[in-house]
Amino acid sequence: MHLNKSIWKLENFIVVNLNNYYKTMKKTKLLTIIGGFSLLLLSFIFMSLDHIDATNVAGTSSDIADFFAFEGDNPDNTVFVATIQGILAPGVVTENASFDENVLIEFNIDNTGDFIEDLVIQAIKRGDSIYFFGPVIPNQTGLESDVITSAPNHIVQISTTEETFITNEDGMSFFAGPRRDPSYFDFNRFIDIANGDAAPEGFYPPGESTDFFVGLNVLAIAVEVPNSLLGNAPQHILESQGTISGLPPAYNVWVSTKRKE
Amino acid sequence: MKNYKNKSYKLTVFVVLLLTALIFVQCKDDDDNGNVIDVISCNDGIQNGDEDGIDCGGSICSPCEDNQLNFDGNFVQEDIAGRPGVNIIFGITDLSKNNYNVSEVANRTIFQEDFQEVLEHYYDIYAISLDIPVDELNYENNIFDWNAGTFTTIMSNYDALQVAPDGPTTYYNATNNLVFTGRYLSDDVMDFTLKLIFGGADGTRFDGNNSTPQLTTDDVGLGDRDFTLSFPYLEVPLTLE
Repeated sequence: MHLNKSIWKLENFIVVNLNNYYKTMKKTKLLTIIGGFSLLLLSFIFMSLDHIDATNVAGTSSDIADFFAFEGDNPDNTVFVATIQGILAPGVVTENASFDENVLIEFNIDNTGDFIEDLVIQAIKRGDSIYFFGPVIPNQTGLESDVITSAPNHIVQISTTEETFITNEDGMSFFAGPRRDPSYFDFNRFIDIANGDAAPEGFYPPGESTDFFVGLNVLAIAVEVPNSLLGNAPQHILESQGTISGLPPAYNVWVSTKRKE
Repeated sequence: MKNYKNKSYKLTVFVVLLLTALIFVQCKDDDDNGNVIDVISCNDGIQNGDEDGIDCGGSICSPCEDNQLNFDGNFVQEDIAGRPGVNIIFGITDLSKNNYNVSEVANRTIFQEDFQEVLEHYYDIYAISLDIPVDELNYENNIFDWNAGTFTTIMSNYDALQVAPDGPTTYYNATNNLVFTGRYLSDDVMDFTLKLIFGGADGTRFDGNNSTPQLTTDDVGLGDRDFTLSFPYLEVPLTLE
């Protein structure tokens, strides 16, 4: 469920395991199981390292943990939430976690249906605050961006483990800081399944599962935006591609992190 | 004694005058060497006039925040996230995984084959454990009647969250037959994704019943999380007891 690079090393090991399994199953099952276990062990080591070192190791400050987009308490608004730099243990690891001034966090909104961003909301740290720009038409689309300082901008002080700061301006709301990890999943059991170590049972029966993320924190960015600033939504992509009828028009949205060259 | 007091008084007055004079000497503006700034400007390198900072703010200069903060530079993508579970469950090879993170959403066609291969890997794993030939246990069309190609195309080529501005938001809600209109913090997106992968046409194919593996739910729910909060909708961070 932590869907991206925050644990990309771990994910890669899962993939390696899958590939390993696929290749070795034609040889002997025993070898596969041994390989699976050893790689699984390595996976845990890397997860532990990533966990402990998340705030210090270069290259992890851009890791996206998860992404949410939903209707706000005000139904005329859409909320974007990105969790970054998961997974953070409570206490000193969370207290020391910080956003990176060289990492631009972008919420991308496609309102024409071509999966190319038509609008972006940019967020970047300066000092003790996060500066937000947009929603605004980006100067360029795709893999590279510059900060659009001419766009409407808003500032929110980064919250701490003790204090929460929120900026409400121009009908928009902004937040940045540590929060409890909202994601939930029996991640360890999923690793077993991917390794073939949970066959044929699969996931645990009721009462025996464990939510890997239940005791962890993340850094979060949240923005609530009036839909009037996002343009009209296009036809839902799954009406044409997924042959599901009756779906309302929907933006296509994603979050990306980009590091200063 | 009287003389002594007078002398002491005179000495005090002298010291005070001397110190006062020194203050004036220190503040005397005689060190400009002819380069006296007699016109306030926004590029003289000092805070003068009604400026709020050095050459910024006030009635003449541009706001300080823009001037003092530097947002210049070219920023290059390192990570990206759209629909939940795509990277983790469809787990592509390690090389293409890295490529995926630095790819554009609109340019993902090359990943579809990897996704479909991984989808079949899961079935191969269980075919082996159940002593079924791997080519006899395969993905079957899911509740949306997506075959493996359609399913993995949607997951790879259109990997974004769809969010409907007119709501309501749900990742999947069987009761009102609504799907993919956004993602609430509370939505059990992993169970739904597992159901699409392992559930077959009615969503119950591998649900742990009838001697099948349990692959359509991890049996993990919200737990004690509170997802009823107002903006920013997230709980305060956990602290050590």
